[in-house]
Amino acid sequence: MLGFTRTLWAYRGFVISSIRNEFVSRFARSRLGGVWMVINPLAQVAIYALILSNVLAAKLPGIDNQYAYALYLTSGILAWSLFAEIIGRCLTLFIDNGNLMKKMLFPRITMPMIVVGSCLLNYTLLFLAVLVVFALLGHIPGWQVIWIIPLTAAIVALGVGIGLVLGVMNVFVRDVGQVVPIVIQALFWFTPIVYPIEIVPDGLRRVIEYNPMVPIVSAYHDVLVFGNEPEVQQVAITAAVAIGLMLLGLFMFRRAAPEMVDAL
Amino acid sequence: MSLLSVDNLGKAYRSYRSEWQRFASWFGLPVKPREEHWVLRHISFSIEPGEAIGIVGQNGAGKSTLLKMITGTLQPTQGTVQVNGRIAAILELGMGFNPELTGRQNVYHAAGLMGFPAERVNSAMADIEAFAEVGEYFDEPVRTYSSGMQMRVAFSVATAFRPEILIVDEALSVGDAYFQHKSFDRIREFQEQGTTLLFVSHDPAAIRSLCSRAILLETGTIIKDGTPEAVMDFYNALIAEKENTCIEVRTLAGGIAQTLSGTYEASVQSVILQNAAGVAIEFVAVGEVVTLRITVRVNSAIPELVVGYQIKDRLGQTVFGTNTFFLGCEQVELNGGDVAEYAFRFPANIGIGSYSIAVALHTTDTHLAHNYEWRDHALLFNVVNISHPTFIGVAWLPPDVESTR
Repeated sequence: MLGFTRTLWAYRGFVISSIRNEFVSRFARSRLGGVWMVINPLAQVAIYALILSNVLAAKLPGIDNQYAYALYLTSGILAWSLFAEIIGRCLTLFIDNGNLMKKMLFPRITMPMIVVGSCLLNYTLLFLAVLVVFALLGHIPGWQVIWIIPLTAAIVALGVGIGLVLGVMNVFVRDVGQVVPIVIQALFWFTPIVYPIEIVPDGLRRVIEYNPMVPIVSAYHDVLVFGNEPEVQQVAITAAVAIGLMLLGLFMFRRAAPEMVDAL
Repeated sequence: MSLLSVDNLGKAYRSYRSEWQRFASWFGLPVKPREEHWVLRHISFSIEPGEAIGIVGQNGAGKSTLLKMITGTLQPTQGTVQVNGRIAAILELGMGFNPELTGRQNVYHAAGLMGFPAERVNSAMADIEAFAEVGEYFDEPVRTYSSGMQMRVAFSVATAFRPEILIVDEALSVGDAYFQHKSFDRIREFQEQGTTLLFVSHDPAAIRSLCSRAILLETGTIIKDGTPEAVMDFYNALIAEKENTCIEVRTLAGGIAQTLSGTYEASVQSVILQNAAGVAIEFVAVGEVVTLRITVRVNSAIPELVVGYQIKDRLGQTVFGTNTFFLGCEQVELNGGDVAEYAFRFPANIGIGSYSIAVALHTTDTHLAHNYEWRDHALLFNVVNISHPTFIGVAWLPPDVESTR
């Protein structure tokens, strides 16, 4: 762990410039350039907020706003998009960078770090866009919003842990890369993002609660929509699971790194 | 202490009955791989500072695998690589370049990949820009570059900081003649400052002119380690190897290694160099007309016979070479027992020094199809300047001089 940290510090310039380059090359040759970085998430959130809540104008218990459903949906998607993006990118990370890994000697740990950095940047922009749209819809989250920081850290740990384990396996068993997106899709519907958890029948609910993303998404709802403090105990369990998975991911990454180059 | 020492290095690709067993092996479970495929084994050598080593071998001999293990991108299965210093590898130029970024931004990125922080790149940036000579394109996106320009920038950044060990693959054959010279100059400059060179090439001339030692790899092991000349002669014989070919290395007087190879359907009986009077000579005057007389004995019936010769200088660089195929003087349908004699008459318009002649008996234009016999160092002779004005170099190109004022 310490070794990883020290290497990352030594290569911080490289990590930062890689993240920047990723964005620069994504928006190169477009007129508006970096403005798209804000327009994209803003449009995404606006679509959910306006269209979906006008079509499905169901009221949620516990909040008095005609856009309640839109707020609920958006805050859940905010959490989910970070989780799904980190896993999706980690999954093909080593395969995409296979040629570079075969030809150049550089600390492999920088690769997941670049993914985390660029996903966090996307996420931050989305988050700011969400706050703007919420304000336009007449909803200003309370001070509880500060909880977003540890919650984000938990999502990153969970995503990186699962992503590294699957990404490493994907190098050797390519089926993993085909199966995981399907599983993530399914998991999305087993997380209360589109629906409130209260409507789920009891039997199924007990199953759903094994999903480590459930406490996190619920906490996002609490913090951003309902203005409550999250259920700390539930979130702590997920955080512990996330840290465990991240250590497992780093361990597998470390053991697999020499063999990965052989298989790529 | 040597700069690089490779001890009993080996690389095996392992396959498991199931990939799950591979995963289990990471967690320390005792799983035996189903199969180990060794691509490189029992490689040991060490390199001292300032040496220049050529690594030669046919495709698939294990050159790239060896280099990857030395640079560290590939982990050895067996043995160790010990490096005392920084290694820079010019294996694939332009690796990791992003086409949407400018040359300058890519330089930062590539140097970062090599582990240099931005402050060090800043101080070297002016040199990198000047060396690449791509003008104002340096601040344009790399996608607008020609492949040669991209290679210029890539080479400049790869060699911006002098490494202790520089690995050069054949990548250098890209780019225009001007930049090739420039990059070779930089490599030589590094070498003079003490950088050790590991050079991978199929080009015998480049190996001979740059390297002080050569290592020949074949099917994953070192089969020859010695002077570039001896190794390249052996390699030359090896690439023509066919089923019933034998390769023999004799040591001539003076410690010169002579490589002979071939299938011996025909063999060289004698090689002599004669002066105008028909006397065999060892010393030739610059410009003197001489005759190279080669006698060939045919051992079994062959459809065609081409006789070729090469004159090489003391470093093994070919000064001149041709064969009867190119000269339009082939013999066809030869029977066992025939003796064929060839006389090549030419003025020795070459510079002073010692030369060797290699003789080859084969079919068509090269010895790669049928190699009856290839004999390096078949004859040694010296060129001396008796009657001409002093000159240097490998060729005698007598000028008429006029001067005005």
